[in-house]
This record gives sequence, C-alpha cells and structure tokens, in this order.
Amino acid sequence: MSKVVAVTGNEAVANALRQVNPDVCGIYPITPQTDMMQRYASFISDGKVDTEAVLVESEHSSMSACIGASAAGGRVVTATSSQGLALMWEMLHIASGDRLPIIMPVVNRALSAPLNIHGDHSDAMGARDTGWIQIWSENGQEAYDNTIQAFRIGEHMDIRLPVMVCMDGFIISHSIERLEYLEDAEVKNFVGEFKNLYPLLDLDKPKSYGPLILADLYHEYKRAQHEVMLKVKDIVLEVAKDFEKMSGRKYGLFESYMLDDADIALVILNSAAGTSKDVIDDFRARGIKAGLLKPRLFRPFPYEEVADALRNTKAVCVMDRADSFGGYGPLFMEISSALYQLQKRPALINKIYGLGGRDYLPSHAELVLNELNEIARGGNVGLVKEYIAVKE
Amino acid sequence: MAELTEIRWHGRGGQGTVTAAKVLADACLSGGRHVQAFPEYGPERAGAPLRAYNRISAKELRMHCPVLTPDVVSVVDATLLDSINIAEGSKEDTVFVINTTKDPKEVREKLGAGPKQKVYTVDATKIAIDCFGRAMPNSPMLGALCKVTGLISLEHLLEDVRKSFGKKFAQKVIDGNLEATRRGYEEVKEG
Repeated sequence: MSKVVAVTGNEAVANALRQVNPDVCGIYPITPQTDMMQRYASFISDGKVDTEAVLVESEHSSMSACIGASAAGGRVVTATSSQGLALMWEMLHIASGDRLPIIMPVVNRALSAPLNIHGDHSDAMGARDTGWIQIWSENGQEAYDNTIQAFRIGEHMDIRLPVMVCMDGFIISHSIERLEYLEDAEVKNFVGEFKNLYPLLDLDKPKSYGPLILADLYHEYKRAQHEVMLKVKDIVLEVAKDFEKMSGRKYGLFESYMLDDADIALVILNSAAGTSKDVIDDFRARGIKAGLLKPRLFRPFPYEEVADALRNTKAVCVMDRADSFGGYGPLFMEISSALYQLQKRPALINKIYGLGGRDYLPSHAELVLNELNEIARGGNVGLVKEYIAVKE
Repeated sequence: MAELTEIRWHGRGGQGTVTAAKVLADACLSGGRHVQAFPEYGPERAGAPLRAYNRISAKELRMHCPVLTPDVVSVVDATLLDSINIAEGSKEDTVFVINTTKDPKEVREKLGAGPKQKVYTVDATKIAIDCFGRAMPNSPMLGALCKVTGLISLEHLLEDVRKSFGKKFAQKVIDGNLEATRRGYEEVKEG
C-alpha cells in the first residue's frame, strides 16, 4: 500500500533514509542539501530512527567519519552538494578503494567561482572518477526510489561499493511534487538487514583497511575495482526488477522515451529530461520522429546498451549541465565513446545548458530538436559543442 | 476543470506566498491529481518581490521550469502592480486575483486586461488583520483563489489549511487563518 503525498525532493529522500534507518549518518549542512539532513536530524532527535548522528566540522570530516563507521561495520549514509562534494574528493576515493557501501544523496549544485547555489551537474561530474556508483534522478519520486535501491546495489555482496544518488538542486530538492511513498515495512523488508563484510570491530579477526600497496600489487587492486564495476549493471537491473514487483515502478540502466523509431534524439540527465519529454510529444504530434535517452546509471556507464538504443537514430544531441572547459561536456564524451564502436552511427552534437540554475525551457529543447531535424535531413553539423540560452 | 492549470504567484518576502502555493498543491492532490509547487529562489529577503508557481494536472507533470504562460496570476501584494509586469506571458483568458483595497474595475483598467481576461480583487490584508491581527494575506488569497478557480471545494481547502498551519501554530492562529480563508472565499469580487 503506497501513500500519495505532495513533498519536496529533499523531504522525499530524507523519508527514504528514515525508512531504511541506517546505523550512522554524517551530517554537515550545505545548500541545497541542508534541508534534507535537517529533516533527518529531526527524525533522530524525535526518536523515529536509531541512527547515530555524527556532527562534523566539514564535509571532508563527514566522509572521513562515514568511512570509519562503515569500515567498523555499520550501514552508513551522508548527503552533500557542490563545494561539499568537492571538499570530500580525496576521501571519496578512499571510500570506494576500501569498498565501503556508503550511500550518499547528492543534491546537484554549481561549483564556485563565482559563488552560485543553484542546480547544475558540475559537482557530481567532478566525482566521476572517484570509483563511486552514480545513479541520477529526474524528479522527487525517482530520487526517493533510487535512494532505496542504492542500498541494495551498494551493499550487494558481489559489489560492496559506495553509491551517489543525484538529483537537481532546487529544481527538485525544493519543489513540491506528488509522489508515492512505500510503507515503512516494505522498505525495511526490501533493503533487508545490513550484512557486514570484514568489519573492523570484529576484534577476534583483526584486519587492516587502506594499507600501503606499492607497485607490486596496486595495479591489480585497481583492476579489481574495474572488474567489480563491470558487475554493477546486472545488480542494478536485478534490484530494479524486485523494486518494480513491490512498487509497480520500472527502472533500467537508462530511460528510453519514444526512442524505438526515432530519427533524432536528445540525451539528457535529470529534471531537464522531463521538460524535454513534453516537447518531444509536440514534435511527435507534428510527425517528427523525436526521442530521448535519459541515463540513470552514469557510473558504471552502460556503453553497449546506450549505443544499441541510439543505433538507428540519424542525429543525436547530448545535453550537458556541466562543462569540461577546453573539452566537450562530460556526458557527450560518454555518448561519443559509446557510439564510436558502431559501424554506422548518428551525427552527434553537444549543447551546454542550464549552468548555475539557468532555466531550461521548452523553447531550448525546441531549438535543439529543430537543429537535429535539419541535420537528420542531410544538413551539416556546424559547431560540435555550443552553449545555448546565452545572454549576449 | 481544464486538464492543466498553471498558476503564478507574485508576493513579497514574508507574506507567506510560498506557503500558500504549498498548501494549494497539497489540497489539490485529491482525485488522483498531479501537483507541483515551487518558488523562484533568490536571496531570501523580507519585502523583496518573489514569484512562486503551481501546476495542477490530471496527467503526470514532467515540466520542470517556471510557469511561462499562466492560467491564473495571483498577486499577494498590490504594490507590485507598479513595479513589475505581473501580466507577463498571460493568455487571452488568464484570470487575475489581486490583493488590493481598490475596486476590481479600477484594477482591471490599470492592468489593461483583455475582454476574455477576468480580474478579481479581494482586500486580503484587511481580512488577515481582522482575523488574526497580522498583515499576512496568504490565507485569504488562498480562499479567493479557491473560489475563482474551482480547483477544490472550500471545505477541502479549510481542512488543508488546518492541517498545514496545525503543525506550526497555536489554535488561535489556526482559527484566525481558517476564518480568513473563508472570508477570502466569500469577499472576492469580479471586475
């Protein structure tokens, strides 16, 4: 039995964490995540959960505390945004290298300078190579559902990796939307009891975490991290199948929208995908075969499956809400790599949109789809990478 | 009711405009409807102009951007009529609900409203002061909006105001807000 509510993305994810009731939570505020951890702190002080809160003086310390608690043998969560994620950077590698299944909602926000508190994907894209699993969410419902599934994925005995669950700052974190909560008992049953693997607090069997490994075995250690990432896709799909049985809501490695017979397609993450879908409906109504691919699992990236889904398109635009200055947008680089392996592949362009919370409007999607339509009908690709909705 | 109703709120920081949008979204959940409520976030300052938005739809809401062509414009502070264009993006049949002491015909003229556009006024600030002694016009504006749009019944809205305000305020404040909501519903006038 689900419960229909009108809540913000932050509220929904805080509630998911309450339903899971982890052992330890590292708490440090940063806009736009603050409100999520504030709600969770209330659950703790109201006795709704028996999580131990670790109040720290920085995000670096928060992740350090989480690493300690997770290695000790607890189910551990924290949450952050923007500069907070950036400050955690070195510890992120330690969490994944030590194979600690810490779950961390990331409320995506722009990076300084200049100071900006609004939604963009620069923070999580900067954490791309930290060895964490990354799952991205279009709206509050997906953020809630993905948070619950993240525990099963990260804690799976064949995986044991930390997971970031990403959602757009303000656009989702602070917007109220209708969504469906699962029952507490359903969530508890779904995530199951936390199972330890090599807990430090098992004093009868002492062990070391993070020892010095030089050229003799470091290379092999890193290959093991690569290999475990290869197993993640199957687990994500397995967990999604179980989740669908419980909730009726279907998840995959990515979402394909009107893609089967599409000539032109957008590849776009998170909340802007929703806005784009409405525009794609309009194009379809006018007889233009437009479609959309919204990645969900970004790390590990499902290259073969994405290439297969875009195989029959003629022109694709990858939309990035982050930039790799002097390079292409980070999502573009993935899609480009995926498509390169195909014998016959669509024309590919890259648009940078919505940085620092600049609104992504239906007219922007229209502009891009019109350009794709021209290319699909034999037009030339102009600039491969271009910023859109720029004030000149 | 139309399949999709898009509402834009104009207020000033500290008038409870964002709360009003939230309460409306919650109240409109009934009947399996989809709802959104979100403010335009800037630096939060008392007295500064702000916007908030609602979408209420029979279908899933996927659009995640500000309301650009509102069906309803709700102005919580009449002084905004002189400082910003509250009619921006309005359609030929957009409905305006304005908190003002002025007569709806006068406001209609000031706005230069088209023949199919409707203009309603309500003295929400006075109602609020009468009912609970504070110039917090959000609950009477909700009542007026409820009457004008027919999105929900007054009983339903009152129940939701009771629920939302019940979490934060004393019984006296809740009762005052319920009365203010009812009076907003009853006293809104068309021009």
